[in-house]
Amino acid sequence: MIKIEKRNDVSPSIYFFTPILAIFLTLFGGGIIFYVLGFNPVEALKFFFITPISDLYGFSELLVKATPLCLIAIGLSFCFKSNNWNIGAEGQLIFGGIVGGGVALLFYGHDGFYVLPIIILSGAIGGMIFAMIPAVLKTYLNTNEILVSLMLVYVAKLLLDYLVVGPWSNPEGFNFPETRQFSESARMPILFNGLRIHAGIFITLITVFLSWLILYKTYLGFQIKVSGLSLKTAKYAGYKGKTMIIIVFMISGACAGLAGVGEITGPIGQLHRNISPDYGFTAIIVAFLGRLNPIGIIFASLIVALTYLGAETAQIFLQVPKYTGQVFQGMILFFLLGSDYLLFFKIKFLGLKKNEL
Amino acid sequence: MSFDLNFIGILIGAIMASSVPLILAASGELITERSGVLNLGVEGMMIIGAISGFALMVITDNLFLAVIGSMISGLIISIIFGVLTQSLLTNHVATGLALTIFGIGMSAMIGKNFVGIPGKEFPLLFVNFKENIPFLGPILFGHSIILYFAFLLPFLTNYFLKKTKIGLIIRAVGDSPTSASNQGINVTLVRYSCILYGGAMCGLAGAYLSLIYTPQWIENMTGGRGWIALALVVFATWSPIKVLIGALIFGGITILQLHMQAVGLRIPVQLLSALPYIMTIIVLVVISRDSRKIKLNTPTSLGQIFYKEK
Amino acid sequence: MYKNFLRYVISVLFFLGVSGQANADFKVGFVYVGPTGDHGWTYQHDEGRKAVEAAGIKTTYVESVPEGADAERVIRQLAQSGHDLIFTTSFGYMDPTNKVAKDFPNVKFEHATGYKREHSNVSTYSARFYEGRTLLGHMAGKMTKTNVIGYIASFPIPEVIRGINAMTLAAQKVNPDIKTKIVWVFTWYDPGKESEAAQALIDQGADVIMQHTDSTAPVQVAEKAGVWSFGQASDMQRFAPKSILTSIIDDWAPYYVERSIAARDGTWKQQDTWHGLKEGMVAMAPYNSAMGTDLVKEVEQLQKDLASGKTHSFTGPIYDQKGNILVAEGSVADDGMLAGMNVYVKGVEGDIPQ
Repeated sequence: MIKIEKRNDVSPSIYFFTPILAIFLTLFGGGIIFYVLGFNPVEALKFFFITPISDLYGFSELLVKATPLCLIAIGLSFCFKSNNWNIGAEGQLIFGGIVGGGVALLFYGHDGFYVLPIIILSGAIGGMIFAMIPAVLKTYLNTNEILVSLMLVYVAKLLLDYLVVGPWSNPEGFNFPETRQFSESARMPILFNGLRIHAGIFITLITVFLSWLILYKTYLGFQIKVSGLSLKTAKYAGYKGKTMIIIVFMISGACAGLAGVGEITGPIGQLHRNISPDYGFTAIIVAFLGRLNPIGIIFASLIVALTYLGAETAQIFLQVPKYTGQVFQGMILFFLLGSDYLLFFKIKFLGLKKNEL
Repeated sequence: MSFDLNFIGILIGAIMASSVPLILAASGELITERSGVLNLGVEGMMIIGAISGFALMVITDNLFLAVIGSMISGLIISIIFGVLTQSLLTNHVATGLALTIFGIGMSAMIGKNFVGIPGKEFPLLFVNFKENIPFLGPILFGHSIILYFAFLLPFLTNYFLKKTKIGLIIRAVGDSPTSASNQGINVTLVRYSCILYGGAMCGLAGAYLSLIYTPQWIENMTGGRGWIALALVVFATWSPIKVLIGALIFGGITILQLHMQAVGLRIPVQLLSALPYIMTIIVLVVISRDSRKIKLNTPTSLGQIFYKEK
Repeated sequence: MYKNFLRYVISVLFFLGVSGQANADFKVGFVYVGPTGDHGWTYQHDEGRKAVEAAGIKTTYVESVPEGADAERVIRQLAQSGHDLIFTTSFGYMDPTNKVAKDFPNVKFEHATGYKREHSNVSTYSARFYEGRTLLGHMAGKMTKTNVIGYIASFPIPEVIRGINAMTLAAQKVNPDIKTKIVWVFTWYDPGKESEAAQALIDQGADVIMQHTDSTAPVQVAEKAGVWSFGQASDMQRFAPKSILTSIIDDWAPYYVERSIAARDGTWKQQDTWHGLKEGMVAMAPYNSAMGTDLVKEVEQLQKDLASGKTHSFTGPIYDQKGNILVAEGSVADDGMLAGMNVYVKGVEGDIPQ
């Protein structure tokens, strides 16, 4: 008998080899698309993946873009690892932004070191509360979390729309759908003059470290991993899991909320209808590409952020259409997911040998 | 402002027309989901169907070919999803999401040359009756053939799932792939077929938009209707007839909201627009609490990867 | 459209002849909020860009740039990569444009529809679309049989409210019985929703439809329903040949060409441009002969008067909904009042959404 089974004993080298393979396949596939569209593939790929980060400003922009992606994906990794399919991070991000932004507007005109931390904290709590809706419904009412979290994305979007069009719109802003610019005290400090990279990156890095600590050094982390490997195993091992489900959703929601509040207090500086270009959905790609591993997610967030920057640069220099960025993101995930099969093949092959012995 | 019977008929006719893409996509996705596969790529497949249908209409000048072609394109793009989730055993959620992102990008790429071209007039049936019969006229007549098909489809789907052997097999696969497999059913083949069928229906839903509802190609023209269709399947608790009712409710909220504005009522537009999503969550909660109801229709293995142990 | 094209060609030839030797490295960048394939707002800006290109100046664009954190990077990247003049074509780019302008004093910036010019290298520009709306109102008032005019509105910002008011005032002048019914869709661009809004207005008795949204869906609905309609942003005539009476065309091309050449030749100066029919930034597509030669002549005369300044869209007396006077008899609304317009005039029904 050959068993095709997700196993833990896949050698780490293969485990991290497949994402790299996926990236190469994407580059290859992308080259073909560029060729079909009538561009020199090598040149186009260069403008897509190298030019954007060839100077300090570009590199800082990469970090600005990767910061929210990494943060959300880290949170999602807790959920995904434990087989909880929170795909509503976008909604949690927006709700965090709404709560944080509301507090920022409350503190409009206030100075004081305490303003920003309060805003950040309230953003995290906002995201957390929003994520608890699918979590509580799942644990106590057995409701499918994929669909609930997805539906809530639209609820959050429409709520934000309602607020910035109506009650929260800038009183001096001619009814344009946006709030006031937040006070200086409510903005993330900029790290280097002339660059946009802001203190939010520290929040991300601290979160990465903490999540590594939780996932690999605590009992909770162990529980998460075991329940992710197999629900049956987890049940045999006696985990009830209810608390765990709520905790992973809270972590995930808090991360998304932090990402939202980081965007509005960082590069945006106000609330308007488009505070996130679907970061919450893109972060799902990042989480998978990073293998749900904190370090992997850092790299994955940089790569995916690069596809955004690259699409812009390639359009500026070569007039490559912008949507190639989306095609790339889709392809990376296709290839990554597909090449995961290599893992299964290996196991199958080994299993065969064992049985023959 | 006239709230006479005929006006209500016109209103219902408009609601029906707006619900067609939701019915088509949701009916397709319903079959896919009943076989245990959760394909979140509905939006991506719809937009591919929209551009393919429109492009074929422009190229061949033949609406029939355009409609068929849009279904085939939806089917082809869903093959990617099928190969990945069924043969390469990838995660349904991630693959579906990738399909949507990919589809939106791809459709923009194909559509570049089709922007700004007006669509062709799609023939409407029984227009005379529409105008001459009050109330029932605008409800029953003057629609495109695709609308009639869409309103028939949930009944066909219901019959198919409940009364035919293949329908039973699909449900068996969705409820317990392992036991279905043990009975000698080729689970992978069944699921492949259901995915392809879902793709074709989503393609048709997209073509309805680009050929009939707003006959033109514009980037992102599906505008999130794929996600609403996904919600609808759940809202309908995986029952085809309820998909029809749900689509009319979802479409009705939008249309009535616009009419209320037009007669000068002040309403919180965004909060009304959020209603379908909130209702879906409530329905989801209600059906999930009652374990009998879940068993009735919910494919138990939804979204789970199945691999046959050899 | 052909007329416009001819005008580009002539202006291009003219400028080529006059300006002679061009700076070979001179480049103009454009930032768009939508895809160039929207066939509306962004499409028209891109038509303007093509006219600049046709004038022998190198151009670059970036499309679908979200109005969030990404805009600043794109604008900065254009500035950094050697673009000498950058057009940012959406209101949401206002703050990012000014921010980047501060760091690139040698690059010129042109921001569409905004009001902030925080640095001497930032200009703003917009079009007096309301002049076009006045013409639409005149035609709508004359053409309607049901006396109900349907208006699809996007967001309750001054520009949109100005359009509703200008249209209503003009329609009332020729037909005191008209009613303006407004549906707010809270989007600039969603064909499905716009088409549903148009259908709702028609079902509510409107036999003239106009829109302040960008897709061609409403005119197609009007065509199918056999009511009159007006195109928005670009000439939408081919989408509804029978129904469209005319289109208000955003013709950015002359302005873009003029400003690009000024920047190249070193004569560019900061300014706040608000051009209308007179300068051609607002243009009218050919009038539909279905409205009769008399009406066409009337409208053409009105267009001339608006362009020459003989007539103003907001000539007093104008009252708000409660009957308070907004513009006194014998005077016209000044630009300050127009720019901040946030009340309906008398005759518009309903409230502005808050």
